[in-house]
Amino acid sequence: MIKDITQYFRKEMFPHIWCPGCGNGIVLGAILRAIHSIGWEKDEIVMVSGIGCSSRITGYVDFNTMNTTHGRALPFATGIKMANPKLKVIAVMGDGDCAAIGGNHFIHSARRNIDITAIIINNMIYGMTGGQYSPLTPTGKYGSTAPYGNIDQSFDLAALAASAGASYVARGNIFDVSQITRFIKKALLKKGFSVVEVISDCPISFGRINQLRTPVQMLEWIKSISVSKKVWEKLSKEEQVGKIPTGEFLDIDIPEYTEKYQNICINIQQERRGK
Amino acid sequence: MSNKNRLIKILQGNEACVEGAILAGVRFFAGYPITPASEIAEGMAVRLPELGGVFMQMEDEIASMAAVIGASLAGVKAMTASSGPGICLKQENIGFAAISETPCVIVNAQRGGPSTGLPTKPAQGDVMQARWGTHGDHPMIALAPSEVSEILYMTIKAINFSEKYRTPVMLLLDEVIAHMREKVSLPFPEDIEVIDRKRPTVDKEKFLPYKADTDLVPPMADFGSGYRYHVTGLIHNEKGYPTSNTQEIDQLIRRLTNKVELNKKDIIIEENYFLEDAKVAIIAYGSVARAAQRTVKLAREKGLKVGLLKLITLWPFSEETINKLAQQVDLMVVAEMNLGQIVREVQRAALGECRVIPYGRVDGELINPIEILTKIEEEIKL
Repeated sequence: MIKDITQYFRKEMFPHIWCPGCGNGIVLGAILRAIHSIGWEKDEIVMVSGIGCSSRITGYVDFNTMNTTHGRALPFATGIKMANPKLKVIAVMGDGDCAAIGGNHFIHSARRNIDITAIIINNMIYGMTGGQYSPLTPTGKYGSTAPYGNIDQSFDLAALAASAGASYVARGNIFDVSQITRFIKKALLKKGFSVVEVISDCPISFGRINQLRTPVQMLEWIKSISVSKKVWEKLSKEEQVGKIPTGEFLDIDIPEYTEKYQNICINIQQERRGK
Repeated sequence: MSNKNRLIKILQGNEACVEGAILAGVRFFAGYPITPASEIAEGMAVRLPELGGVFMQMEDEIASMAAVIGASLAGVKAMTASSGPGICLKQENIGFAAISETPCVIVNAQRGGPSTGLPTKPAQGDVMQARWGTHGDHPMIALAPSEVSEILYMTIKAINFSEKYRTPVMLLLDEVIAHMREKVSLPFPEDIEVIDRKRPTVDKEKFLPYKADTDLVPPMADFGSGYRYHVTGLIHNEKGYPTSNTQEIDQLIRRLTNKVELNKKDIIIEENYFLEDAKVAIIAYGSVARAAQRTVKLAREKGLKVGLLKLITLWPFSEETINKLAQQVDLMVVAEMNLGQIVREVQRAALGECRVIPYGRVDGELINPIEILTKIEEEIKL
């Protein structure tokens, strides 16, 4: 039902700034469907973003929202969550935002395992600034600052988050909306640091320079490079090149940061009173 | 004042800062290790869990500043502390605090710079950075205490100003007063004024998060309190939404600056020593003001009419006081541990009414009373 998600919009903020064919709206829809199916109140949700096209999401939704500085969504979110652990805190970031300038915050948020859900909309490019290559641009693809092809290796954000200490890690794409909605719902309900990376498109800044000019071409390309985790594991090293595995990579229950901190407070207060 | 006996303690400057912050209601601290400010984080790490507050050591200085702003938006009084290299990293989010009007206090225990500089020696080279460190026109309040007990009271003031004016406030210490130990008589909580930010009272549907009252400060809602709104580092309108309307842009930037500049009377704290009949005025702040006080005594013993204007509030600047004083004295000597930063402001405010000369030292040593006196004697002879 369209009303399931439109009730969360700040309608006066529309029209949005995104280009036709952009994946940001698809991901926003998935986030809102997940929230709706859980039934959280608007008042208890805090949505924090960094800087970039995807980070404009926070302006369009009727929660407690914050559009912070580039790469810093997670430490802002951490301050909010620690100050009031009852709040449901969601950080929405782009790939440059999260993995380049915000990379340090990302791994340390995972290391703490703080109860925040990080949603990374990975369009593999800096879209807002005009198509410069990001840490998620595949090797060999082009960007306005990689006119002869990108020689950098791209991060595997899911593997990075899992190894850094997160509780839940999944990756999907905008082609399979029901899957990412399911992943986001599980991430939101997870006690601990949860990460959902969504492979998205940018027909303008990524597509034009990489011969994927239309949204349809971009979607078909994303579909063609995505393989389920199960299939991925059976591929040889050579076959894995240029492909991106999707699915759930981690789903564990480990002690959460705000709870650990609250235990410290309770223990020390009891000890002081005992004296 | 209570009649009860106050607790007397020997405290380090950084410890006094912790005491002041806790008295003023700070219940969130995020920081990163750095000399000579680490004792503030260490003190907070001990004290805040006892009070149910939050201490966090973040992954870097940028994250510390971000977490402080996040906590403040969730309704908790929040603070961080650092020194030169760390303060440089915090500038990005200090600007965010200024534009989003999020109360917070940043302590800078100044050390020699630039860069890694002199980690364990004092300096006052960051006073211009304190004012203009983050980009764009923005308000700033900066306080520079010169004694350990004054650190305690000025920390409380800093928190109060940040809450009252919804703006970041910088507390400028230096390595000497941060690490020095002095006797402090701890005030009882009931003896100090603690200011909390205004919170909205209008209907939740009618709430305009950036609509200021007549004092130019908008009431601030805690995240989660039911007043849902948008916070952004983009120039925004009264609704908190991004705008490119020239009128709205102009209104916001002017209001941000004016809420501090038009309240100078409330914010400026300064002290006079023997200025009534002075013909020479020393202008000093921070640990140099201690030496300058001694200089005044030595000069008076020699029959020289020297006085001291001790600036505690550095930003906004004491233009009116300096201008009046410039009409009375023949000479102003601005003593500071840098190559001339506040002296330029003094010259600007003096409007050519008297001679204004700098006396600076940048070798990591304190300015001593004799050298200020010698400088004055040399200048008088000219």
